[in-house]
Amino acid sequence: MRAINRKLIRDILSFKGQVAAISVVTGAGGMVLILFATTLDAINESRDRFYQSYNFAHVFAEIKRAPESISDRIKQIPGVNFVETRVKGPVRLSVQDFEDPVQGLIVSIPDGRQPELNRLHLRQGFMPDSGQTNHVVVSEPFAKAHDLRAGHTLEAIIKGRMETLTISGIAISPEFVYQIGPADIMPDYKRFAVLWMNRKALDGAFGMDGAFNNLTLTLQSGADEKMVIDVVDHILGPYGSIGAFGRHDQTSNRFLEEELSQLRIMTIVLPAIFLGVSAFLLNVLMARIIRTQRQQIALLKAFGYGNAEVGLHFMLFTAIIVCTGSVLGVGFGAWAAHGISDLYAEYFQFPEMSFRLQPGTIILAVLVAFGAGMLGTFRAVMHAVRQAPAEAMRPPPPERFTRGWLEQSFFGRILSQSSRIILRNLSRYRFKTSMSILGIGLSGALLLLGSYQFGSVNHMLDIQYRLVQKMDLHLSFNEQVSLSARTELLVLPGVHYVETYRSVPVRLSHERKEYRTSLIGLDENPNLRMILDTHHQTVSLPPEGLLMTLYLADYLGASAGDVIQMEVMEGHRRTLKIPLAGMVDEPIGISAYMNRDALNAIMREGPAISGAWLLTDETRHGHLFEKLWDKPHVAGIGLTSRDESNIRDYIEDTVLIFMIILLILAGSISFAVVYNNARIAFAERVRELATLRVLGFTRAEVSWILIGEMGLITFLSIPLGWILGTGFAFLLNKAISTDLFRLPFIVGPDSFAFSAGGVLLASALSTIFIARKLRRLDMVLALKTE
Amino acid sequence: MNKKPESDSPVFTIRGLTKTYIMGEVTIHALRGVNMELFPGELVVLLGASGSGKSTLVNILGGLDSATSGEVIYKNQNLTKASDRDLTSFRRNHVGFVFQFYNLIPSLTARENVAIVTEISRDPIKPEQALDMVGLGDRLDHFPSQMSGGEQQRVAIARAVAKSPWVLMCDEPTGALDSKTGIKVLKVIEKINQELGTTTVVITHNEVISRMADRVIRISDGRISKVFENTHKVHPEELSW
Ligand SMILES: Nc1ncnc2c1ncn2[C@@H]1O[C@H](COP(=O)(O)OP(=O)(O)O)[C@@H](O)[C@H]1O
Ligand SMILES: [Mg+2]
Repeated sequence: MRAINRKLIRDILSFKGQVAAISVVTGAGGMVLILFATTLDAINESRDRFYQSYNFAHVFAEIKRAPESISDRIKQIPGVNFVETRVKGPVRLSVQDFEDPVQGLIVSIPDGRQPELNRLHLRQGFMPDSGQTNHVVVSEPFAKAHDLRAGHTLEAIIKGRMETLTISGIAISPEFVYQIGPADIMPDYKRFAVLWMNRKALDGAFGMDGAFNNLTLTLQSGADEKMVIDVVDHILGPYGSIGAFGRHDQTSNRFLEEELSQLRIMTIVLPAIFLGVSAFLLNVLMARIIRTQRQQIALLKAFGYGNAEVGLHFMLFTAIIVCTGSVLGVGFGAWAAHGISDLYAEYFQFPEMSFRLQPGTIILAVLVAFGAGMLGTFRAVMHAVRQAPAEAMRPPPPERFTRGWLEQSFFGRILSQSSRIILRNLSRYRFKTSMSILGIGLSGALLLLGSYQFGSVNHMLDIQYRLVQKMDLHLSFNEQVSLSARTELLVLPGVHYVETYRSVPVRLSHERKEYRTSLIGLDENPNLRMILDTHHQTVSLPPEGLLMTLYLADYLGASAGDVIQMEVMEGHRRTLKIPLAGMVDEPIGISAYMNRDALNAIMREGPAISGAWLLTDETRHGHLFEKLWDKPHVAGIGLTSRDESNIRDYIEDTVLIFMIILLILAGSISFAVVYNNARIAFAERVRELATLRVLGFTRAEVSWILIGEMGLITFLSIPLGWILGTGFAFLLNKAISTDLFRLPFIVGPDSFAFSAGGVLLASALSTIFIARKLRRLDMVLALKTE
Repeated sequence: MNKKPESDSPVFTIRGLTKTYIMGEVTIHALRGVNMELFPGELVVLLGASGSGKSTLVNILGGLDSATSGEVIYKNQNLTKASDRDLTSFRRNHVGFVFQFYNLIPSLTARENVAIVTEISRDPIKPEQALDMVGLGDRLDHFPSQMSGGEQQRVAIARAVAKSPWVLMCDEPTGALDSKTGIKVLKVIEKINQELGTTTVVITHNEVISRMADRVIRISDGRISKVFENTHKVHPEELSW
């Protein structure tokens, strides 16, 4: 081996603690990059393949009832590729040995065969035979949740008629990759099912002979989706359409997109943070090595080593760290990606989701890690390369110290010499000191970022379920009914209080932006469904005008007082202008609100309602549910407490796992940064410390100089970490705000304490390491060389 | 005006001192059984070629290092058996060191570099007084980077003597200096020895310097090869090399 490479190996060995720490941080960066990129890739690819080979439709429309012949007119629309009409409706199921009622969605399939669009992927069994009126295909997650198999039977009430259905097959569909009930925000596989049944059998049940109530179509490539949707709306409008929509507004696809966009953010943000820190650490370490090896570098050059060779020598140092980190990152990334596939398979139903580690991803991760490493060391290495051999043989220019303002004050006079050494060193090497403070501050910031989300998620759920939704039960009706239904509900067993609402699908637009949502009409001062202002105070609904979620107003670029264009997608469809009266702050969902009387007036109807919220006696729920299901207009019953526990479970399963990973990594970074810093301080001071020992200072006194300096740096970096962490949290909060939910931006005292505690713990551990080194300090050795 | 060291009991008594360094397969015998005494107030020059074991010996005497075998007795105290705490307090109160490369604390001024020692020792003289003694009374507030090598070495001597030590150990004090500056430094050492009566050991490989000693101890290959008293002790200003 060449001597210069031996030197490299010895250098690395003599810095092994720091080399290991930086490798781990680099590895963490590689790991999160591989983890998220692989997950993103797998979901993207599974989705594309599923959508493509199973003909997922591009446009969807729901109508009350339209004659079959209309579909020919839709086929004529330029840009439309294929049109399929369907019958679709709610169904109530009961499963053996399961108490709670199950809500279902039943969708028609052409008699005895696969549909052309939204084809099913059969996991088990067969499509129903042609002519069969009681055979169904059921969705896989529901079947799994109840352990149902082909050949089992279910009791179903379709349009008030009880039927026994036989399961002919179990399937998944591109339409229900994320299988969620119409009123839910989280999947509940035990209580929501999708069923597919022969069209003929459903035509009869829903009274749709020669007609349809649901239509899907695909577009030719390059077609103008918005134009097609407008024409479809125009054609179907008279038949009670609530407005056609594209994939973007299709529930399952919508959730999938949200997930992907969050993954995309994570794929960029997290590796950037970790690799940024590793570049920073490398920079500090290399700068220090090159500073102390000035004369060695000069010597190498004097003996004829070229600039390139010298540069390469130090670059190799970085390269070895990055390689170690990459190996760690790829290994752990592949392992973690594998583990996470199970998590995703539970929430997203794909025929197959292959978490294959793509060579491209690995190359990307390694390249990015190398890029970060080189970026971190470039400055220091260039310094070595540029050094003239003769210049370096001279001793480095003497350090210039001065007495700072602090010392000239009264405070200065009572300082001991060792405290004076600390202060002068810190102020002399201001750049280095600020880099150390910045580095430790950054690690504190990461800790704050990780812990902030714990509190924030809880806070979000508390707002939603303690302040916004106060009802026990939430009913939705098939269609609007008269307000008198309220009295009918009040007399049911266990019902204490009833509040009603009207909900209308609308398309809101302002300037160029538009958004589909539901407009909810409420009592002026609702008691069960609170409307909160930006300070989380309850507000009453103004007699006129619209309130909307802050997030929606931001999206539309609207502010209070603006006039919003509102297209009513139900009944007499029309567009009207309506003033935006104010904003509502709620963490989950995006809706618009209005006084119910005003909404009824817009709809040109009497006091109609679309659903109700109930306060109930939980012990009588069994009885109450039976009565409710007997009412023909009840389409869905939601239990607030169950929604809450579903969403908490989901968050525990997914979000918290990511946060824990983040926290562990942030903790290790804190340690790496603090330890690295302490090691360098030790190496630079070793001679000075040895001198003091020779002069008769005790170990404790000598340790104070180093540990006091570390302590002061730590002390200064904690508030910086708080500031930076709050900033990071704010950015992340913005980045992961979605239509579905938004985390409130609240950094609690526990997060600050956690951040400070983590940094202090890392400092304490580093101090122990350094104290050990100080104990072994060899005075004679340290004084021997100049 | 030679002193008669024999009349007093020795400050240091060294018996059968050895020091071996084991480096893998190789064992280096830095000291192979040294016997000697140092007497109050004498100025001893420890003369020997580079690598002969001078620094090793002085480091052990000064409590910086421990011997492999043998005994070092400092005024009835057996240093070879002393704990780290005892050695620290020995260094703090009894020995002053001067090194070839000064080893000043770069972030402290001349005065503060001396004060760092006087603040912790039992019976110090004032830093200003110590610096005055080495001729630097007017450079009190200068940082090491603002002084020449000779001046820095004089600060180091001031620092070493400010605690009023019993012994002053100088390891190649002129090694990094030109002869003119070196002589200035030796003059300061002589003055300390004369005025304060501090037992002084000066390590050198330079024969010329041994002419200023009361006694010369020649060391070669880890052993004392010769000890002689200078009949004509000369002042440093008369030396030249
Ligand atoms: N830490 C050490 N490890 C190994 N050998 C050493 C060490 N220190 C000194 N030596 C060896 O001990 C011998 C004496 O060294 P030293 O006392 O420094 O000599 P001098 O000061 O007379 O030049 C030399 O051969 C040297 O190589
Ligand atoms: Mg020596």
